[in-house]
Amino acid sequence: MKPFVHIRPKKGWQAVDLGELGQYRDLFYFLVTRDIKVKYKQTVLGGLWAIIQPFFSMVVFTLFFGKLAKMPSDGLPYPIFNFTAMVAWIYFANAVTGSGNSLIGNTNLISKVYFPRVIIPLTSVLAGLPDFLIAFAVLVGMMSYFHIYPTPMTLFVPFLIVLMMLTSGGVGMILAALNAKYRDIRYTIPFLVQLWMFASPIVYPASMVPEKYRLIYALNPMTGVIEGFRSALLGTVAFPAQMILVSTTVSVILFTVGMFYFRQVERYFADII
Amino acid sequence: MSKPIIKVENLSKRYRIGAKQEGYKTFREAIMDGFKVPIRNFRRLRKLTRFDEEFAKHKEHSARPTALPHAVAAMASSQSDDAIWALKDVSFEVQPGEALGIIGHNGAGKTTLLKILSRITEPTTGEAKIYGRVSSLLEVGTGFHPELTGRENIYLNGTILGMRKAEIDRKFDEIVGFAEIEKFIDTPVKRYSSGMYVRLAFAVAAHLEPEILLVDEVLAVGDVAFQKRCLGKMSDVAKEGRTVLFVSHNMAAVGGLCPGCIYLKEGCIKDFGPANSVILQYIGDFKSTKQISLAERTDRRGDGRVRVTGLRFLDTITHRPIESIISGQDVYIEVTYESYDSSPAPLNRVNIGLGFFTTLGQFVMVLNSEMASRAFGSLPREGRMYCRIPRFPLMPGVFHIKLTLVVRGAIADQLENVSVVNVDAGDFFGTGIPNDYRRQGVYVPHSWSAETPSVY
Repeated sequence: MKPFVHIRPKKGWQAVDLGELGQYRDLFYFLVTRDIKVKYKQTVLGGLWAIIQPFFSMVVFTLFFGKLAKMPSDGLPYPIFNFTAMVAWIYFANAVTGSGNSLIGNTNLISKVYFPRVIIPLTSVLAGLPDFLIAFAVLVGMMSYFHIYPTPMTLFVPFLIVLMMLTSGGVGMILAALNAKYRDIRYTIPFLVQLWMFASPIVYPASMVPEKYRLIYALNPMTGVIEGFRSALLGTVAFPAQMILVSTTVSVILFTVGMFYFRQVERYFADII
Repeated sequence: MSKPIIKVENLSKRYRIGAKQEGYKTFREAIMDGFKVPIRNFRRLRKLTRFDEEFAKHKEHSARPTALPHAVAAMASSQSDDAIWALKDVSFEVQPGEALGIIGHNGAGKTTLLKILSRITEPTTGEAKIYGRVSSLLEVGTGFHPELTGRENIYLNGTILGMRKAEIDRKFDEIVGFAEIEKFIDTPVKRYSSGMYVRLAFAVAAHLEPEILLVDEVLAVGDVAFQKRCLGKMSDVAKEGRTVLFVSHNMAAVGGLCPGCIYLKEGCIKDFGPANSVILQYIGDFKSTKQISLAERTDRRGDGRVRVTGLRFLDTITHRPIESIISGQDVYIEVTYESYDSSPAPLNRVNIGLGFFTTLGQFVMVLNSEMASRAFGSLPREGRMYCRIPRFPLMPGVFHIKLTLVVRGAIADQLENVSVVNVDAGDFFGTGIPNDYRRQGVYVPHSWSAETPSVY
């Protein structure tokens, strides 16, 4: 049976064609490796950049929020308290920025060949993982330096990582799709990321938020991820299962909405990009 | 006839080309307008992808099945200022193993058609059914990354073009061999020469094994030798029984590669049939649209010291212009020119060349004033030049003429397709024997004899 393609204007909402995505998995793989390989080409520090970014942010925040503002840190040394959040946050910030700008950065591909477009924003989400893992290794080193040992809840860390990727992917797809049409998004992203950082428990603990508002606070999916990390790895507070549940729900909704919205608008990418 | 491999029905595509901007009249207006800009921009950007009102109308019309062309016409008439139809109601079928050329002027919708068939963009209305694996080559080297090595780019580009990794593994050595870059396979492609780069890019594309290949002007890159190789590879693909759709401006390539041809004009199919007759139609159109206003043509090269404003063929006896020439007839070519140059001796050492090309773009002959009669010493500021051709030597067919006017060694005016001339069958040799060659060539005065030539 020969493959059959029926080309016609598509109406209404479309689900992502997973079978087709499977056919293009080799392309997905090579695009991710391209992004990883190219990232630190012709740099002096190379992969060290994956450490420098979260590390120096942590140093600055420790100085201003930890030392000067005397921000509470759930009874832990501020540097490790902050760095744990930073590792996840830098990943998220880079993934969202990369993914949001990915379509306009790959104009030549989109206007010259066909493939499921959704691969492009998702590539940025996956390509950030090696950096995350390097930073995570530094985190483990810092933990042993501060003599902090992970709790059994560390078993949930892989789940939190998936949650973090899911959130990045959802937000990334929405931004990328909007960016294709409204280039304002390109200037909105840095600003959005900055505001979002202060809406997430990075320089302060979630315990500063009054108890009754905490589940509302967890509507920000990164809250669940970061608080989860801290609790599992550092044992700051009891494992915030409820918050993580809320965050997961929001994240899944974001990702689903992102997928559908992306499918909805991808039909005209090649025309307007 | 077997089942078509590509079936296109009433395909239409509409684009917005971006609304025009109005100029500001006063400073105050400009400032006031500044606050309205975001709202206006938003409306404009939103409109880019919306054709709602027209769709409503379209649905109404298409309730009657036969009314589709009419519906499209209605949509066209109701369209707002900045929307254009890149394709309008295009229908055709392609049989398996067929090689089909697509020709047309710039903006006729050729590339849009390929983009729809390769699913890069969606049609606005209509549909296409494709039974087979499609590869489209809208350019070579899509997705090449300068920082990656040749090896990495082969895999990246291959998968972008729709190959699987296993498939590339199998063909890898062949690709590298074809591109002749064995030594540099692990060098980043940014260190490649442009020749190596294009060879590698084409090598990957050449090893695709689609059932249907869509090609757009990729042959426009690279040197002549490389273009020949590309054409060779493409005709191999066609001979292997795959289906090829080939968009090009190169009539020789289309004519040589494709038995069938589509001529698109302003988004519609103007002609569809055997390549030779379709190409003739295209060239004929070229003639009627282009010859009207030679003086007004702006697609000129050269420094513009002199402009050719007219070119006609005249009968040598009556001096009347002739529409088509008969092979063997004596003719004059009259070239009218003018010069705006005010320097003392503007038209010194003038040389004019007229190149004759077949409809397939192949050069057949040149009429050059310097070679034949030495350069014109000095010419008035405006006037006419005449070229006399005894026994017009071209075989029947349509030829287009390229004109080059050189003043003191510098090109003053150059025009592609300055004129198209139709040559009818005639008795060049005066023997009364018709010419049975169906080629566009040149007659050379000669004779045959069985006697040994006498020695002088």
